[in-house]
Amino acid sequence: MKLNVKIRRFDPESGEAPHWQSFEVPADPMDSALALLLHVKWYQDGTLTFRKSCAHGICGSDAMQINGENKLACSVLVQELAKKDGDTVSFAPLPAAPVIKDLVIDQTRFFEKYRAVMPYLINDNPPPERERLQSPEDFEIIEDATKCIMCGACTHSCPSTWADPEYLGPAAMLKAYRYTFDTRDEGSDQRLKVVDSGEGLWKCYTIFNCVQACPKGIDITRWLSALKRQAVTAQY
Amino acid sequence: MIFSHDVVIVGAGGAGLMAALYAREGGADVAVVSKLHPLRSHTGAAQGGIGAALGNEEEDHWLWHAFDTVKGSDYVGDQDAIEIMCKDAERTIIELEHYGVPFSRNKAGRISQRRFGGHTRNFGEAPVRRACHAADRTGHTILHTLYDQCAKQGVRFYDEFQVLDLLMTPDGEAAGCVAYEILTGEIHTFHSKIVCFATGGYGRAFKTTSNAHAGTGDGMAMVLRKGLPLEDMEFVQFHPTGLYRLGILITEGARGEGGILRNSDNERFMERYAPTVKDLAPRDMVSQCIYKEIRAGRGINGREYVHLDMTHVGSDVLLKKLPEITTFSRTYLGVDPIQQPIPVAPTCHYAMGGIPTNYDSQVERAERGTIIPGLYAAGECACVSVHGANRLGTNSLLDLVVFGRRAGLRMAREIEERRTSPKPTLPDNPEQAARDMLEDILGRTNGEPVVKVRTDLQETMMKNVSVFRTDETMSEALVDLNQIRARAARVSVRDKGKRFNTELMDAVEIGFMVDYAEAIAASAHHRTESRGAHSREDYPKRDDGQWLKHILFHSDQQGGFEFSYKDVTITRFQPKERKY
Repeated sequence: MKLNVKIRRFDPESGEAPHWQSFEVPADPMDSALALLLHVKWYQDGTLTFRKSCAHGICGSDAMQINGENKLACSVLVQELAKKDGDTVSFAPLPAAPVIKDLVIDQTRFFEKYRAVMPYLINDNPPPERERLQSPEDFEIIEDATKCIMCGACTHSCPSTWADPEYLGPAAMLKAYRYTFDTRDEGSDQRLKVVDSGEGLWKCYTIFNCVQACPKGIDITRWLSALKRQAVTAQY
Repeated sequence: MIFSHDVVIVGAGGAGLMAALYAREGGADVAVVSKLHPLRSHTGAAQGGIGAALGNEEEDHWLWHAFDTVKGSDYVGDQDAIEIMCKDAERTIIELEHYGVPFSRNKAGRISQRRFGGHTRNFGEAPVRRACHAADRTGHTILHTLYDQCAKQGVRFYDEFQVLDLLMTPDGEAAGCVAYEILTGEIHTFHSKIVCFATGGYGRAFKTTSNAHAGTGDGMAMVLRKGLPLEDMEFVQFHPTGLYRLGILITEGARGEGGILRNSDNERFMERYAPTVKDLAPRDMVSQCIYKEIRAGRGINGREYVHLDMTHVGSDVLLKKLPEITTFSRTYLGVDPIQQPIPVAPTCHYAMGGIPTNYDSQVERAERGTIIPGLYAAGECACVSVHGANRLGTNSLLDLVVFGRRAGLRMAREIEERRTSPKPTLPDNPEQAARDMLEDILGRTNGEPVVKVRTDLQETMMKNVSVFRTDETMSEALVDLNQIRARAARVSVRDKGKRFNTELMDAVEIGFMVDYAEAIAASAHHRTESRGAHSREDYPKRDDGQWLKHILFHSDQQGGFEFSYKDVTITRFQPKERKY
């Protein structure tokens, strides 16, 4: 079928305001949305700019707004976006982020928030000669959170992020959960000091947009709720 | 602008981050320069496991691992380096665990291990559980944990900088590199005592590949352009189970958990070819067997694929131990592996060859010991050579972390030794060559778009230099590549801007691709025998008399090339016929 691919264009060098541009693109229902963008870039307009790499949903490069929802372009198929010839599929950059060009956003702030939560294992005891033990049940507590690919789809779907650029956002706090609930970690106190704040956990209003946006199906709100419980019960 | 650091690492996947972490912990001032944000690196796509004889599930020894690796390499891997890798495996994985990698666990709370192709107990008796894993996202969890640790250690990152040129002094010492800042279009010089390439693989030279779009062999090409050789380039791994037509990887762990390959007669055909280990034969063999079945008319529905049958292993195993591939199969093919077999075919997966190094990741220019001062390489872009003619599954992540770590330790020591000496002098106008290259591309009008040239390159490599090769097909590829080289030098781009110009980067990459594709095709043409992943129909036998050696490929980048050779290091395991 042929689709109307509508893309939000912006190039600050051109002096033009952001605008929509449409392309007619041949497509198969089993093509990924990324394939539509590649078709435009390779065969119609080389100036179209977006990030991509692995093209199967693990590198996290190509989170963007597709038909109004935050998705990974490589992980959504045309058949989920369009039904028939002439249907429109729209692409825009993730909302609430500075746009560098077309679909490429500036993730500087996103990764500053990640670094703010101390996103690493904290354990100053000398490690044992072999691995630290962890039961399969304890591993399961953090397993879902370790699927995170840091694509930003969740943080940029969150109304709290839209309203308050200082809000840590779900991706950073999920990382805080992943380490705080790792039985090998002893940095809970330090990390809770960062996330137990008005710009942290308490600006999560359990709206569940993040869960809906997550391309890896992570139950983010559930884990942030566990982190909230930890924050109110822990003495730190 | 000139950035100055002790160590500049190019590439931020598993090898680059390990090297950065250990060099930083050793006191060096380290910068990591990468064309992608580090978390977008292709290490993240590694699925099934990382090999180490931890013995968490059953008896295992590093020597068994070393034997399997040597045999897997079809005896052209260097055994001193293989011994080091397999011995280092245990402590390196324990260190990763201590850094926080969330490995799957067994009931005892230890790192869980599973079976993988070519890994056996007691020198080939039966498959052994050696692959440490985090479900089927092992590479992803390693990459993210290493990045987290680099954040902790304050490693300096230059994200989305495409390195264009390696800088050397007239005496042949590394002095830094030149990079293009994708965000701004500015060109910068990185001045350093040490440069370490960790730029990954080159799968994008083939039409069907499991590799990321970024896998364009940049580091290999840049080294080649400095008049240095590439080693073992004829050995290209095709992974047996890529999703049909798409090439997206289905981990060998799927067969490790009990998956079976079947042809159109529903026959478990690997029983015929590898009676002992069956579906867990090494990748070169399984890929060749799949094509033999297809050629014999036993592809499914007469098409070029076979079935990977997981329906008997149960939804529990699929959802718990192989969740990612279950999702890929559902998403991209609409096939639910719990109920239906997965259509699969071989997909270009891994570069056994690359930049020749010793086992401390120092680059060598010719025979052993000819170290290039200040130049290192680690990971898939390097050739130690621990994989020889065929890499075993789980040994790529192992190679990255072991030799990334060794690079980091060695670089820290070297910086300490050179603490009081100044950095090597930069050449005059260090950025000139890079500037000229970009200005040349931007100045062209009415050239072909990159996609046309790249597609032709991928098609000739796939058709002529993939699993089965002959003099005729490779000669055809070399003729094609000569024309493609000329066309690649004339491509033009529509995007002339300075801000995030990815089309310009595509045009740079096609230049790299031509250089290393020629290295692959020419080295393969030169090796007149069959060994491991290099299967020649006109020379079907292995020929140890003539070819138990490494080929080093040298290029003048004008289509002219020559070869030199390096002996294979044999320590314990004499070459034998390879049977599974």
